[in-house]
Amino acid sequence: MAFMGDMMNPAPLWHNGPAPGAFYNFPGNSSSFGPINHTVQDFKAHSATPITTTTTVIGLKFDKGCVIAADTLGSYGSLARFRDCPRVLKVNDLILLGSGGDYADYQYLKDIIEQKIIDEQCIGDGLQLKPKSLHCWLTRVLYNKRSKMDPLWNNYIVAGIQDGEPFLGAVDKLGTAYEDGTIATGLGAYMATPLLRDAVEKGPLDEESAKALVRKCMEVLFYRDARSFPRYQLGVVTAAGVTVEEPVELKHDWSLAHMIHMK
Amino acid sequence: MFRNQYDSDVTVWSPQGRLHQVEYAMEAVKLGSATVGLKNKQFAVLIALKRAVSELSAYQKKIIPIDDHIGISISGLTADARMLSRFMRTECLNHRYAHDAPMPVGRLIGLVGNKMQICTQRYDKRPLGVGLLVAGYDDQGPHIYQMCPSANFFDCRAMAIGARSQSARTYLEKHFNTFLDSDLNDLVAHGLRALRDTLPNEVDLNTKNVSIAIVGPKTPLRVCDEAELTQYLSLVEGEERRGGGAAATGDAGPAPEAGDERDPQPQVNNIV
Amino acid sequence: MLSLNENFPEYAVPGAKQHRFEPYADNGGSVVAIAGEDYAVIGADTRLSTGFSIYTREQKKLFKLSNQTVLGATGCWCDTLTLTRLLQARMQMYEHEHNKPMSTPAVAQMLSTMLYYKRFFPYYISNILAGLDAEGKGCVYSYDPIGHCERSNYRAGGSAGAQLQPLLDNQIGLKNMQNVTEVPLPREKALSLLKDVFISAAERDIYTGDCIYILIITANGIQEEKFELRKD
Repeated sequence: MAFMGDMMNPAPLWHNGPAPGAFYNFPGNSSSFGPINHTVQDFKAHSATPITTTTTVIGLKFDKGCVIAADTLGSYGSLARFRDCPRVLKVNDLILLGSGGDYADYQYLKDIIEQKIIDEQCIGDGLQLKPKSLHCWLTRVLYNKRSKMDPLWNNYIVAGIQDGEPFLGAVDKLGTAYEDGTIATGLGAYMATPLLRDAVEKGPLDEESAKALVRKCMEVLFYRDARSFPRYQLGVVTAAGVTVEEPVELKHDWSLAHMIHMK
Repeated sequence: MFRNQYDSDVTVWSPQGRLHQVEYAMEAVKLGSATVGLKNKQFAVLIALKRAVSELSAYQKKIIPIDDHIGISISGLTADARMLSRFMRTECLNHRYAHDAPMPVGRLIGLVGNKMQICTQRYDKRPLGVGLLVAGYDDQGPHIYQMCPSANFFDCRAMAIGARSQSARTYLEKHFNTFLDSDLNDLVAHGLRALRDTLPNEVDLNTKNVSIAIVGPKTPLRVCDEAELTQYLSLVEGEERRGGGAAATGDAGPAPEAGDERDPQPQVNNIV
Repeated sequence: MLSLNENFPEYAVPGAKQHRFEPYADNGGSVVAIAGEDYAVIGADTRLSTGFSIYTREQKKLFKLSNQTVLGATGCWCDTLTLTRLLQARMQMYEHEHNKPMSTPAVAQMLSTMLYYKRFFPYYISNILAGLDAEGKGCVYSYDPIGHCERSNYRAGGSAGAQLQPLLDNQIGLKNMQNVTEVPLPREKALSLLKDVFISAAERDIYTGDCIYILIITANGIQEEKFELRKD
């Protein structure tokens, strides 16, 4: 069957355009052609599981912007190992980024994003990366890595101001991307999302009520999620810019705990 | 410009600090027919004069769409222009693929400039023999850029390149103060008048030898069809002509362009 | 690869999960397309989900590729995003090269080629392409994930595809009936049929619901319509 060539590694179908599973202008991306250079058998085992992990990140859109919150715990399996892992990032004046999942993978991609922003500032044409562009770029990056069977084990929430309007989008480790008014990853998808959707259905939120709602969700998650932590960061993006608060301590009260009897 | 002992290679300097090969390449731009680009507060417009190689052949294309928001018009070697336009199209596609947004015009120009610069510095390459006018629209509004074979590029309010384009530039210089506040029809009319000034007296603009491309907010780049051309041409029809090639006042070009007034009309068909 | 469980069974920890990276996800969703004499309608629900949780209730799964071609795609959403971006890029390249937009049959063929190119690491998508062909007639093309392509007049695909197709066979194809004459399907009938099948799909399939986003393709362009479904 020599005439058929190498069926497992076909020659590029087309040149000089976006290539399947590749992405544009990403450091360390030596081959832009070929969807997979690794076969399923020889993928790097180290990337198949996350090591130091972080839990839920919450994003919520309000009338004039978005708010993101995430706690600062880095877990090593069930061990609460690192207590100061900030993961709400100001990307530029338009974008706020939150991440959950493997913390090392996040730090790796954070460095690249920060370099991307510096490069852009060096051009000096006054243009700024927009949230939708970063959202799309992250999708391409994560999809490309998953296609090589070497995923970046993260969930990202991109919040920002896109041409004057609030933007909130999520990307997971496969490159699955979507936009919504309320997003919560990890265990938060089960525990925070119902609270958030409930509140949003009742009508549009303003900044204060959105923040209060997110703080409530963080509290609920702290009581129930075994991989969560009382210190968390909250970031807000509006047309006025991006602010990321210093980590604050959640007030928690376990005085009722002794009354709960599990049978 | 005359041949001298310092123009054997693109990497050879003359004692005056000039690169003759690069300057020769700049001359290739003037072999192509004229093209004009200008903008107001919303729109960027390209207007080009097309040539037919012979009576039997069609008029050659001067305006090349790059993306929904960028178009170029060319003057000089067609083949070089096609290579550049292919590069620009690919860059725009890649930018859209990765960022879900149109490429900012200035960034694209920067990339093309870098690409063109390489061949002005290496002994095994030659500078490209084509000049471009780039019209584009992005978040910062409309843009007109001029690109030279020397890899220089200029952000312009209005510009003309190509054969006898000095006359067009003279017209543009005289009127560019009014461009920003004019409406689209006036803008195109100004462009047509500028282009007409490059023509010999016995020739006039018609729907066959003119191309117009328009880009603006919510207006993807559009190369006008015949009906639209007729409508725009009627704006300047019957006006008194200044007589092609009036006295040149000042020079808007980036390089000294002595001898620009002649129209060499090359007898080769690889130039538009 | 060194596998603890396989090579050293006595050291394996009971209950410890062997984590393996799974590059595909099932994000659900259904598409239905119906072609008529001079129109094509295509509808897809707007629920994007994974397992028992809903990512978003307002994800459009129809992609306007040109003003006479629409692609509906469901399945692994990350593959869908990539494939459609690629498709759009290649369609623009075609337009630049040939100075005309791609016709629906041309897109249909290209999509098949692009899917088959990934034969051994496929895009896990159920694609349905609807539009007008060169004669202005409605057409529907359906695909399997590795590029098999078939033209038909009506097709259901996605998570509820297997439940919807028989209903369409009965209502439009008039299959397994005697003494019936086929008459051209009017546009209004097609539209109400499309809504009806989605209502029943939303009753039975947890991955289908929230809303239908419908595009109606005619020679005059593409019309949009929305129709609410149950949200539980």
